[in-house]
Amino acid sequence: MGEKSGAKEFGFDTLAVHAGQRPDPVTGARAVPIYQTGAYVFEDADHAANLFALQRFGNIYSRIMNPTVAVFEERMAALENGIGALATASGQAAQFITLFTLMQSGDEFVSSSTLYGGSFQQFDVSFRKLGINARFVDASDLDSWRGAITDKTKCLYAEIMGNPKIDVLDIEGVAKIAHDAGVPLVVDNTFASPYLCRPLDWGADIVVHSATKFIYHDLRFFEYFGDFGWLMKARAEMLRDYGPTMQPFAAFLLLQGLETLHVRMDRHVANAQKVAEFLEQHPAVEYVNYPGLRSNRYHELAKKYLPKGAGSIFTFGIKGGREAGKRCIEAVQLFSHVANVGDAKSLIIHPGSTTHQQLNDEELRAAGIGPELIRVSIGIEDLEDILWDLEQALAKSQAGAPEPAAVSPNGDAQAGHSILSKAFGAPYQK
Amino acid sequence: MSAVGERNDLGLTAWDRYRILTSYRTIAMVGLSTNYYNASSFAAIYLDANGYEIIPVNPVQAGKAEILGKKVHASLEEAAQDHHIEIVDVFRPAAEAPELARQAVAIGAKVFWCQLGVISEEAAEIARAGGLEVVMDRCCKIEHARFFGGLRTIGLNTGVVTSRLAMKLPER
Repeated sequence: MGEKSGAKEFGFDTLAVHAGQRPDPVTGARAVPIYQTGAYVFEDADHAANLFALQRFGNIYSRIMNPTVAVFEERMAALENGIGALATASGQAAQFITLFTLMQSGDEFVSSSTLYGGSFQQFDVSFRKLGINARFVDASDLDSWRGAITDKTKCLYAEIMGNPKIDVLDIEGVAKIAHDAGVPLVVDNTFASPYLCRPLDWGADIVVHSATKFIYHDLRFFEYFGDFGWLMKARAEMLRDYGPTMQPFAAFLLLQGLETLHVRMDRHVANAQKVAEFLEQHPAVEYVNYPGLRSNRYHELAKKYLPKGAGSIFTFGIKGGREAGKRCIEAVQLFSHVANVGDAKSLIIHPGSTTHQQLNDEELRAAGIGPELIRVSIGIEDLEDILWDLEQALAKSQAGAPEPAAVSPNGDAQAGHSILSKAFGAPYQK
Repeated sequence: MSAVGERNDLGLTAWDRYRILTSYRTIAMVGLSTNYYNASSFAAIYLDANGYEIIPVNPVQAGKAEILGKKVHASLEEAAQDHHIEIVDVFRPAAEAPELARQAVAIGAKVFWCQLGVISEEAAEIARAGGLEVVMDRCCKIEHARFFGGLRTIGLNTGVVTSRLAMKLPER
């Protein structure tokens, strides 16, 4: 290997394809082998003793480390510009391990109030059962962060873009407040992916992801990066003792996703920008929360922290409130009505009746959600087709009486002759 | 880059360290502890297991104890009488580094290596003037593991990107 090429710092796209993986030393396999094993044979008694004492490096047991998972971990660490990473069985587990490595019963942390509903529930209910007190603040108000810090505060927590308000985090501002208080800032970077923003570069200390979004849709995961000692504690104590370990096959799938992350993200943000502009001028739309729009109050922050694009997840308010929102969702054909984001497919949901239904009205308002609010996650389909679907659904939402959802792409649907009949070549009988 | 351990420019480039660790095999560890759980022991046990010849140098323990089953020498000069020392690895405070650098030059070592946290510009100048390469504020074990796989078992960012087959120490 040439020393010159070895010393080169490779770019993001190269790291997305290569980082963390070297060809398998035994077989020469170019793909990442799936090491579907629980345990690893020791060379001899001394080797085993050295491994348990952490005096030598090596695999011991897959709850704590696995070669396939390790490739994914190192690749994520490289893409986020962190020193290392730890994969867990889910995004919720990543949060749990992250925060429990930093805190114990009696401690507090300060969190943005605009969170994924599942995160809010974990912090507000499950963590309190364990004696950890979350204080929620308006992420865009730096004074509210300062005001919520006490002598028990052990960390600050926020999403890169709050869900579903899509408020861009002032990472530098909040990181400074955290560091002035002597505590780390944890950022959930799921909505941006490391391709659009690397929070560690702006002063964040730990990054958490749900890797089933842009990284690989349809599985569920996650992890982080930061200080070496903290990382080892998270692995050697928390992962060992609580056990929410990522499976090797899942890591393999996530690696397939990472290899094309940069290619997909460009299309995601290009489509999202056009869809947001389309909705902003649409007569059936009251407002659009997309930081990529000049009119958005977070546009300047987006230009600073998300120069390649403000993600592809955003919300808008439909004219006609809750009923019009439901009609719109029931009228879409291409968009999938699911509680997820960051898929290659375009997605749509009504947060007030799904992801955030566990919040009461007051909490719902605090999270910036109205009954008219619809969240979309723009996929990488043809832009024209995405716009077509939204146009026809918005038209139906304003029309009053609901119509059958199934319409052919050519607009020649007939009664009792749905898209299924197109697919199967004969009229579909209900 | 944020690869683990890459916190300053004192340790040459990662690939320079790779060249050093694949060019030389005999390491005198100055200040190597007899305590099995001391950080220096972690490095010595690891490097010994990976094919390096570790020469313990510790004036307090010389003549009293063995480390890794080997004789403990009182000084670099004494160690050099029995071994052809290539790398001098310093596990002592920075204030002692200049004198150790002079001794490293005197015994004809090739590399003057100071462990994590040991930084002495004076020692570096002495060693370089004597024709030695200098690595400071780095750990031999971590740098070896960066290239030969150890760091990768626990998801650390090695900063190494290569499509070559697994790296091995060259045969001697």
